[in-house]
Amino acid sequence: MDEFMKGATSRRGFLGLAAGGAAALAVAGPGTARAEPVRTSAKIVILGAGAAGTAMANRLTERLEGASITIVDGRQQHWYQPGFTLVAAGLKPASYTLSDTGDWLSDGVKWVAEHAAAIDPDAQIVTTASGSRLDYDYLVVATGLSLDWDAVEGFSLDMVGQNGIGALYAGPEQAEATWRAMDAFTDKGGVALFGRPATEMKCAGAPLKYTFLTDDYLRRKGRRDASQVIYAAHGKSLFSVPVVDEKAKLIFDERGFDVRWNHVLTGIDAGAKTAHYRVPESRALAADGTVTVTPEREVKIGFDFTNVIPPQRAPQVVRESGLSWADRWVGQGWIEVDPGTLRHRRYPNVFGVGDINGVPKGKTAASVKWQVPVVEDHLVAELDGREGSAIYNGYTSCPMITKIGRAMLIEFDYENRLTPSFPGVIAPLEELWISWLMKEIALKPTYNAMLRGKV
Amino acid sequence: MKELTFATLLAVFEEVFGRGLFWAMVAIAAIITVAYLYVLVRDRHMSARKFLLAQLFMPLGAVAAVVFVLRMTNSALADIGGPVDWIVLLGVAGAGAVGLAILVYTAQSLLRPGGDSGGD
Repeated sequence: MDEFMKGATSRRGFLGLAAGGAAALAVAGPGTARAEPVRTSAKIVILGAGAAGTAMANRLTERLEGASITIVDGRQQHWYQPGFTLVAAGLKPASYTLSDTGDWLSDGVKWVAEHAAAIDPDAQIVTTASGSRLDYDYLVVATGLSLDWDAVEGFSLDMVGQNGIGALYAGPEQAEATWRAMDAFTDKGGVALFGRPATEMKCAGAPLKYTFLTDDYLRRKGRRDASQVIYAAHGKSLFSVPVVDEKAKLIFDERGFDVRWNHVLTGIDAGAKTAHYRVPESRALAADGTVTVTPEREVKIGFDFTNVIPPQRAPQVVRESGLSWADRWVGQGWIEVDPGTLRHRRYPNVFGVGDINGVPKGKTAASVKWQVPVVEDHLVAELDGREGSAIYNGYTSCPMITKIGRAMLIEFDYENRLTPSFPGVIAPLEELWISWLMKEIALKPTYNAMLRGKV
Repeated sequence: MKELTFATLLAVFEEVFGRGLFWAMVAIAAIITVAYLYVLVRDRHMSARKFLLAQLFMPLGAVAAVVFVLRMTNSALADIGGPVDWIVLLGVAGAGAVGLAILVYTAQSLLRPGGDSGGD
């Protein structure tokens, strides 16, 4: 009886709590009034069935009647990527991030379970890996991005989990292997080495989160004093939003992290347990007006544990499609969309959602939540003979974990303005338990609801 | 989507607990509430003695709720960082206390109807 009572009441309490947390993420996202479905015979092809493509497909099936909606993705597994950090911190099993792609797609969506091999935006045709040709009236590019592991010399994914090498971005299995390596490392202590690539990347907060989490484990296990935590920043800052950067630097200082600036990872020597970096040429102006030039150099840093994050770029099929920016993010291949409407600047019947977009912010799942309704608005309006009005403001959100049990709920836009969902209630730059709760319990349900096109 | 609707909240809860468990918990909470109202109407008064015992359980309910939530979320009391954290934590404790008190009161009334005669 006692057990029953305890259970019943505490669950009730838990409900109340979850309501508060869930409310935070549930409010994110611009509104689109539910109207009568628009009748159309348009052929819409969506490339990629990740968070962006799936949410897009499910919303379009609700808004359109008679449209042919085809989603192209060869991957059978759907990955809840915001969970990778939690898996790599031993807080969730790999299965927490795994589901089947097909489970999320509503009946009105036709799934072609193949990868796209070519996109011809002039002929309006997508060719799949098996050679089938899909012609479209509208194309939504939601391929996500590619992790360029080969760009890290000497590294391969089969190293993950051994010799203190982690790579939590690679997938659920590797995130779990990264946890095994981090767990073993924090039992003993030593040098922990972190960093991020110099390219655009998804969830730019994750490298910092994982540094904080490893530090937290070292402290919990009483090994922090015997350890060194090094963060090799790719440039002169830790985070692209200046006010967040300052805050992150303050916390790094408090935690005693050793930061090396302008270090771009070039390779890993697993045997020698060293990471190789390129430090670009730098110039310093002295008070007397003399300029000191420090030439480009190679730097090696030894480690006992590291988390490798490779350069990130558009998948090859997109880079070869002619949809990329020619003069921005050269070599990375992000597609040339208008930052507000997310419509392609040269091909008006092409839209982008998610990581693939060549916009200055927005490579997170929370951004997808804001981007999907914008593309939906413009696409549906056009099919209805109107003009869309929704604008994406660059909204990006990052629950920045600073230790197990605390996080900062950081939300910002293109202009680097903080855009808190709960101004005056949840301070964005404060380490709070409630922000941790959002990451831990409210984020995944909100994400799943987004996939279903519900929220 | 900018608005937090009740339907949105339900969707989120269904995801947190799974549809079956969530609605089972809602049903249990509803049954306890109905049973509570039933005994109030049936007895036509609040029994001070039963209420006293129920109140004695309130701290237990509060502590149990807090412990449960902290355990479920890999957190500790030391993680409470700002005013909003305290408000949420007190809310959890309050809900646990009130929930358990209602349950204890209702259980007493159902198991020992008229059990008041001994005291008041």
